[in-house]
Amino acid sequence: MPTRRHTLLIIVLLLLLAVASLSAALMAGSFAVAPGEVLQALLGSADGVGADVVLKLRLPRALAAFACGGLLALAGALMQVLLRNPLADPYVLGISGGAAVGALSAMLAGLALALVNLAAFAGALAAMLLVFSLAHGDSSWTRTRLLLTGVIVASGCGAAVALILSIAPEHGLHGMLFWLMGDLGHASSPLGAVAVLLLGLILTLPFARELNLLARGDTLAHALGVSVRQVRGGIYLLASLLTAVAVTTAGSIGFIGLVVPHLVRLAMIKMGWGNDQRLLLPASALAGGSLLVLADTLARTVIAPQQLPVGVLTALLGVPVFLFLLGRQPHERQ
Amino acid sequence: MNVSKPAMPAPLLETRQLEVSIGGHLVCRDLNWRVVAGESWAVLGRNGAGKSTLLATLAGLRAQDQGRLNIAGLALPQAGRGAGARAMARVRGYLSQHQIDPFASTVMESVLVGRHPHLGRWDWESAADRQIAEAALNEVDLGGFAEREVQTLSGGERQRLAVAQLLAQQPQLFLLDEPLTHLDLSHQVAVMELFARRATAGAAVVAVLHDPGFAARYCRQALLLFGNGEWLAGPAAEVITAAHLGRLYGHPLRELGGDGQRWFVPA
Repeated sequence: MPTRRHTLLIIVLLLLLAVASLSAALMAGSFAVAPGEVLQALLGSADGVGADVVLKLRLPRALAAFACGGLLALAGALMQVLLRNPLADPYVLGISGGAAVGALSAMLAGLALALVNLAAFAGALAAMLLVFSLAHGDSSWTRTRLLLTGVIVASGCGAAVALILSIAPEHGLHGMLFWLMGDLGHASSPLGAVAVLLLGLILTLPFARELNLLARGDTLAHALGVSVRQVRGGIYLLASLLTAVAVTTAGSIGFIGLVVPHLVRLAMIKMGWGNDQRLLLPASALAGGSLLVLADTLARTVIAPQQLPVGVLTALLGVPVFLFLLGRQPHERQ
Repeated sequence: MNVSKPAMPAPLLETRQLEVSIGGHLVCRDLNWRVVAGESWAVLGRNGAGKSTLLATLAGLRAQDQGRLNIAGLALPQAGRGAGARAMARVRGYLSQHQIDPFASTVMESVLVGRHPHLGRWDWESAADRQIAEAALNEVDLGGFAEREVQTLSGGERQRLAVAQLLAQQPQLFLLDEPLTHLDLSHQVAVMELFARRATAGAAVVAVLHDPGFAARYCRQALLLFGNGEWLAGPAAEVITAAHLGRLYGHPLRELGGDGQRWFVPA
């Protein structure tokens, strides 16, 4: 496992990466802004088109991207530990499905953006409550039952989404598809998501060692003094809320929540640091945030002025990188 | 009356009228039992008699049906829940029958997990914790394995790693569910001797075992579970006999002896 010094060092390095990615996002675009100008704009000592572009367009979008990437990666890491399933991602419990049904229904009804977001959040919460109340029936959080309930709710939502898409008017389809693939073009007020990301880290980091034990099985964790039911129930709810906020902000961006925790874990295993959540959780959040900022910057510059949905880009970039790393991993016995 | 008795040590484990059942099957009824420091108990019974269920109950991992259960004076299951779980983990250690490793981890990391109940929320494993972990690895003959990946260990090595994890936990009461699983003969003896030494040093050991010969040789007390709620507890010399074992396993056994050792073979 990493020492405390190693952990702090890695986190500082990842913070620098985060700053670098945010800077790149503020400078790059169809209207290039020089680094000095960006700095002046941030300090409030510049005006003009450049400052406007940086402060009103790029900064909110970059912060929203960072927050969503961080939220998804953190939620994914938590779900993988709690479900003890490396295939788990933040959407596995049907939360994004619920949000999609909410958002697309609002779009179908022609509601304003703020109401679409509200409907997405309500849908996410509804799916979450449905899954938890059904899976919690016998007062034990059985993993299989939770997973199964989540998968069923997600597929039900998938059917509802397909229904909405098939009856939606043609001019509305583009927006709906972008929402489904994940898009940061409409993220205008990122502070809520940033605050939730911070809150998520503050609430989970004190329990990181407990989560290390839970990853080794409930019996062992209980025998070594973890209050299994409380910690597990609390973290499930928290991970679901983080996911709901991310999905409300940017639609269902795929891949970040599944792949970033794996990338961090693979890197940690290479260093001989195992699966220590004390490093894995903050590192996933920071790496996920930076990655989504970079992906979104690419998404709006690569074939500018046209914009790509960022979720497509995360998948296109993430799949080969992940397969490459997985192939290089030493083969295990069994 | 003024009768002076020798001072009884406070029991590490005490049950009163304890009733445990699982899935409608009665494991024990009216179990009145005390385990004090220095004792080493073997728990014997046939498959499905409920040995593991009883042990998990004693560890506070599941609730009893009826009766009182105290570990070091704390009433279970309440004292083992929530915030009390950590304090409980400093007193009693539990070796599970199954070890699972869903994620990659080194051997050293896995042993250090045993230090969890001794660390504060923001503490990091210290050099002293690593020394304890290394000593534990040496004790189970895994001295050079610290950096090995857990998922590459053999079954017996993995089992000894679980024992090392328990030793690093440093409890006063060891609850062992089939500690000899997967172990070869020499390591079976080594692990039994290791826990016998812990008992001599002032800990208490309760071990679910399958070989009555090992039980008679390494444990000074025995608890027999007959599978219908009946039980028998007492000194190993009195409880582990061919007659009792014949009834326990539903198969006649013959006692062989010599050099102060007793072994039991199916008749």
